[in-house]
Amino acid sequence: MARQLPDLTVDLGFLKLRNPVLAASGTFGYGLEFKPFVNLDKLGGIVVKGLYFNPRPGNPPPRLAESASGLINSIGLQGIGVRAFCEKVLPRLQGLQTPIIINVCGETDEEYAAVIDFLNKERRIAGFELNISCPNVKKEGRCPALSPDHTFSLVKLAKETSRLPLIVKLSPNVTDIVSVARAAEEGGADAISLINTLLAMAVDIETRRPRLANTFGGLSGPAVKPIALRMVYQVASRVRIPVIGMGGIMTGRDALEFLIVGARAVEVGTANFVDPGASVRIIREMDEFCREKKIKKIEEIIGTLKIDEVQASR
Amino acid sequence: MLNDPAALIIRKKTWDGYFLLALRSPRVARRAKPGQFLMVRVSGRPYPLLRRPLSIHARDENTIEIFFARSGLGTAILADKKTGETLDILGPLGRGFSIPKAVKGKTFCLVGGGRGIAPLYFLARELRAKGGHPRVFYGGKTEADLPLLQKFAAQKMEVFVSTDDGSLGFPGLVTAMLEKELARSASPALIFACGPDPMMKRTAEFAAERKIPAQVSLESIMGCGIGACWGCVKKIRTGGSAEWVKICEEGPVFPASEVVWDAENTPSPSSPPTRGGESVGRTR
Repeated sequence: MARQLPDLTVDLGFLKLRNPVLAASGTFGYGLEFKPFVNLDKLGGIVVKGLYFNPRPGNPPPRLAESASGLINSIGLQGIGVRAFCEKVLPRLQGLQTPIIINVCGETDEEYAAVIDFLNKERRIAGFELNISCPNVKKEGRCPALSPDHTFSLVKLAKETSRLPLIVKLSPNVTDIVSVARAAEEGGADAISLINTLLAMAVDIETRRPRLANTFGGLSGPAVKPIALRMVYQVASRVRIPVIGMGGIMTGRDALEFLIVGARAVEVGTANFVDPGASVRIIREMDEFCREKKIKKIEEIIGTLKIDEVQASR
Repeated sequence: MLNDPAALIIRKKTWDGYFLLALRSPRVARRAKPGQFLMVRVSGRPYPLLRRPLSIHARDENTIEIFFARSGLGTAILADKKTGETLDILGPLGRGFSIPKAVKGKTFCLVGGGRGIAPLYFLARELRAKGGHPRVFYGGKTEADLPLLQKFAAQKMEVFVSTDDGSLGFPGLVTAMLEKELARSASPALIFACGPDPMMKRTAEFAAERKIPAQVSLESIMGCGIGACWGCVKKIRTGGSAEWVKICEEGPVFPASEVVWDAENTPSPSSPPTRGGESVGRTR
């Protein structure tokens, strides 16, 4: 008797994914870098590296510092810009089945809109992820996602410009994540993804200098997972639109935690650096978990966190 | 490039604090070129998280060798690996030294400082196998920093030795020794350099003055080694302008004339990534 395969598809409403695992922006290049290591069509989707309208030089090095179970980066969204992306990269992604989502950046609100406007016509693109939360491009980590008001107005503008679904990526560097998530929802976001990196720093005690040329950077990796999970839970239980969870996911079990607290999909980031095959391995591990627990559809797991009444009242 | 489980077949402590690992990986060995590197996973645990970049020190048909100093958490774990263990490696990565078509009968200067000597051993053997004549200029702070001296000597290579403190060979910088030697001998076809930034900067300047083509192997902290994270950039002249270029993908070897040797690109030796301590992301 043939064993029944667990159904890993998830429905975001605006997009059906063959499984809940997307490669996170900034950790998967423009996708092609991973072709030698993974069958890209096995992924739920690929969120490509952030794009500004024009090419962007990025920050001076050192751009990376390792910390306990984590990585602090200050890349500064170096990139090739939309024109080069459409001319050089998109044609090479044509043959892929997996949805391509563009991480959209902007120095100003108008630039975000210009990027979306330029890419709207591209048939190969399944949606946009509005990157309003990169901590490495303005002083002391400033970004639109730190303010509910700015989040609302920018999401509204982006949504009015976009012909494609719009995911809004939030920053964990706020006191009240729910208010920012609600602002994005009210602005018209089709989904929310979180968390971007946590503003962080590292110091060399010999030289007494910051380890990063930019002083501050964004912390990612296993060290941030508990914070990410908490924020995804808070947001998923307070908004109606789908939530895509990320932050330190290294294994299938990590990914399942995010689904249980309410994420409909996850993004895998830093793990790709450590293990270029991580995304596909994570899908396999989720599949194995479902078989073991006789779960027929992975969607059955989503948002099933059990909270006792006593706990809930706290 | 491949992601290969490579069996560790030999572990040798070669000198105080220096280690040699021979890894059985016929697929990587076959593809490896001098100047390329591996990303080695030092542990399956979340800390230390990142792979360590290590240049390919030597290869034969089935094995590749890495040679490194125990200088931080990652290299300490690597140094403790036992023969028979399996290491998860990615490689061969990057663009190595560009060896000209016509090597036979030509002279090449290989300038190595400290840990930068590791990939030059592979290069020297390759050049000689093709009929070239490598002259190796090997410098360290002190005698104890020259762990590969005997290995080069055993291959009957022509080696010039310098130490900053004068404990062995030429007293002074390896670049001063190179300049002194080349003042009284014919220019080589090419200079290859690998070592600390100031050493490579001086080599590049000298090569330009003498109009000798030169290639330098740069190092940086690295996140992924495959061009995805954009963490390992150096300022390189491409066409008319200078921009931050990923050295894992476009390098680590560049024509010396393309590297911008300003303070932003080559932080002083006392500042973070080039200093001892944690060995995150060294290409050597």
